[in-house]
Amino acid sequence: MINIVEVRRLTKTFDGGFEALKSVNLDIKSGEIIALLGPNGAGKTTLISTICGIMRGTSGTVTIGGHDTITAYRSARSLVGLVPQEIALEPFEKVINTVRFSRGLFGKSPNDAYLKKVLESLSLWDKKDSKIMTLSGGMKRRVLIAKALAHEPRVLFLDEPTAGVDVELRKDMWQVVAQLKKDGVTIILTTHYIEEAEAIADRVGVIAKGEILLVENKADLITRMGQKTLKIDLAESVKTIPKALSKYNLTIEANGLLYAYDTAEDRTGITGLLADLKKVGLKMIDIHTRQSSLEEIFVSLVSDKDMSVNKEDVA
Amino acid sequence: MNYQAIRSIYTFEMARFFRTLMQSFISPVISTVLYFVVFGTAIGSRMESVDGIGYGEFIVPGLIMLSVMTQATSNASFGIYFPKFIGTIYELLSAPVSFLEITVGYVGAAATKAMFIGIIILATSFLFVDLTIQHPFAMIAFLTLTCLSFSLLGFIIGIWAGNFEQLQLIPLLIITPLVFLGGSFYSVTMLPPIWQTITMFNPVVYLISGFRWSFFGTADVPIGLSLMAIALFTAVCLGIIAWIFKTGWRIRQ
Ligand SMILES: Nc1ncnc2c1ncn2[C@@H]1O[C@H](COP(=O)(O)OP(=O)(O)O)[C@@H](O)[C@H]1O
Ligand SMILES: [Mg+2]
Repeated sequence: MINIVEVRRLTKTFDGGFEALKSVNLDIKSGEIIALLGPNGAGKTTLISTICGIMRGTSGTVTIGGHDTITAYRSARSLVGLVPQEIALEPFEKVINTVRFSRGLFGKSPNDAYLKKVLESLSLWDKKDSKIMTLSGGMKRRVLIAKALAHEPRVLFLDEPTAGVDVELRKDMWQVVAQLKKDGVTIILTTHYIEEAEAIADRVGVIAKGEILLVENKADLITRMGQKTLKIDLAESVKTIPKALSKYNLTIEANGLLYAYDTAEDRTGITGLLADLKKVGLKMIDIHTRQSSLEEIFVSLVSDKDMSVNKEDVA
Repeated sequence: MNYQAIRSIYTFEMARFFRTLMQSFISPVISTVLYFVVFGTAIGSRMESVDGIGYGEFIVPGLIMLSVMTQATSNASFGIYFPKFIGTIYELLSAPVSFLEITVGYVGAAATKAMFIGIIILATSFLFVDLTIQHPFAMIAFLTLTCLSFSLLGFIIGIWAGNFEQLQLIPLLIITPLVFLGGSFYSVTMLPPIWQTITMFNPVVYLISGFRWSFFGTADVPIGLSLMAIALFTAVCLGIIAWIFKTGWRIRQ
């Protein structure tokens, strides 16, 4: 797959001297859904804004569809649709007019048939003559998406599309995104909801403190980083771990024991553990396994990062 | 050139204007009528004619200029300030448009609105005074240039302004006084010599004088000078706007 967006050594230092992006490199493959996952203040919006032309990078380059976003901004930007994090719409305008405006702004000749399709796909068609101020928050967000799609972009940036949106709407939004992917649109979305990345992304990029910590296939990431735990419910709870079991990585939990192991290792040690449990006379009632979610992976990544930053500070 | 974008901005802005058509027209019309009642009829009837022109007629070009300049400035400043204020400017910044296209769209719309208002005021004047316009083409040309140049100025103010107070400050503190002192309601030659000299530093004098010339064929300053003044003013505004977009000043961080 070719890269539709390439970000090279992009930095952004704000006027006050704050370094919001520290030499970011990022390749986005044509046709994929990539989630940029990071806590608030990580630099997600800054990264998107710089790619889309709302902010200027301090150094580095960005190309979209092979076009440099500074020297060939017209060709680059015509490929891009952007849904900003904050809802920003003309309150007194009708839905259809703002969508037409967006299409024209990107140099596309009027095409109401296409706009109808877009509005229908977002369940906005019956609201087309409503004033924006009369719409609910979720509907407004859809209008923003419709505006971004109005000029038939090949790349769509969604900056926290489901922040502050109720669960129902979030699921709807995910469906819209899945449909767009089917239509061949490349989607970059930022989120601080891990479930969101987990639910819809093909790849996940983790960003914290202006740096991309990793970009990986979602499934690979989960397996690679994945720790599984085996929960063993016992008939009688134990106060201390019997000596015979000390070689296993066990912790005591209410009503039982927790065994953590790495799925990447050849031998998980489960068979041995279960046999040894029997030997010391502990009676099992039930066992379950649990795989760590993206969330735990993410938290461990970001806190590792914190520690390394702190070390540098000390040095 | 992204003509489609210019057209989109222009029609979008004009739609805002037509949505508030009544407000847009009624206030300038009412104030014009008031000026005529007060200056034209009540005071004007006791005034001598200026340069052989009845006072009621004499103030028509000044009245039009007063409204057109303030309207062009406030329309254009609001037009670009509003997207900044509500955040929709993100779309302009991420669109494949150049500064020229954005400026042409917004300034063009603001100038058109001001032009409409100028024409409405002119039409209203005919109800009060008997006017003959000696140089109608020059009149239209002056009106158009004034609408354009003050819309450019308003555009700059809109980009500069950080809040609504600042948005209203410049028109209130600078433009209205300059226009009032620029000979809207009197001939500069009526002032004492020292004030005549000072007045010559007021760029609005040249515009009003030129505009009045197109009505009556007489002017305070030579018509060539008026043309140069308005060309210079337009050029300065264009230069500032080009610099703003080049540096992203107050728009693109
Ligand atoms: N205009 C600005 N001036 C100075 N600092 C800013 C500006 N915008 C954002 N920042 C800072 O840059 C960092 C990244 O912000 P942002 O990109 O909005 O994060 P995210 O979208 O990941 O929550 C934050 O620490 C924020 O305070
Ligand atoms: Mg953000």
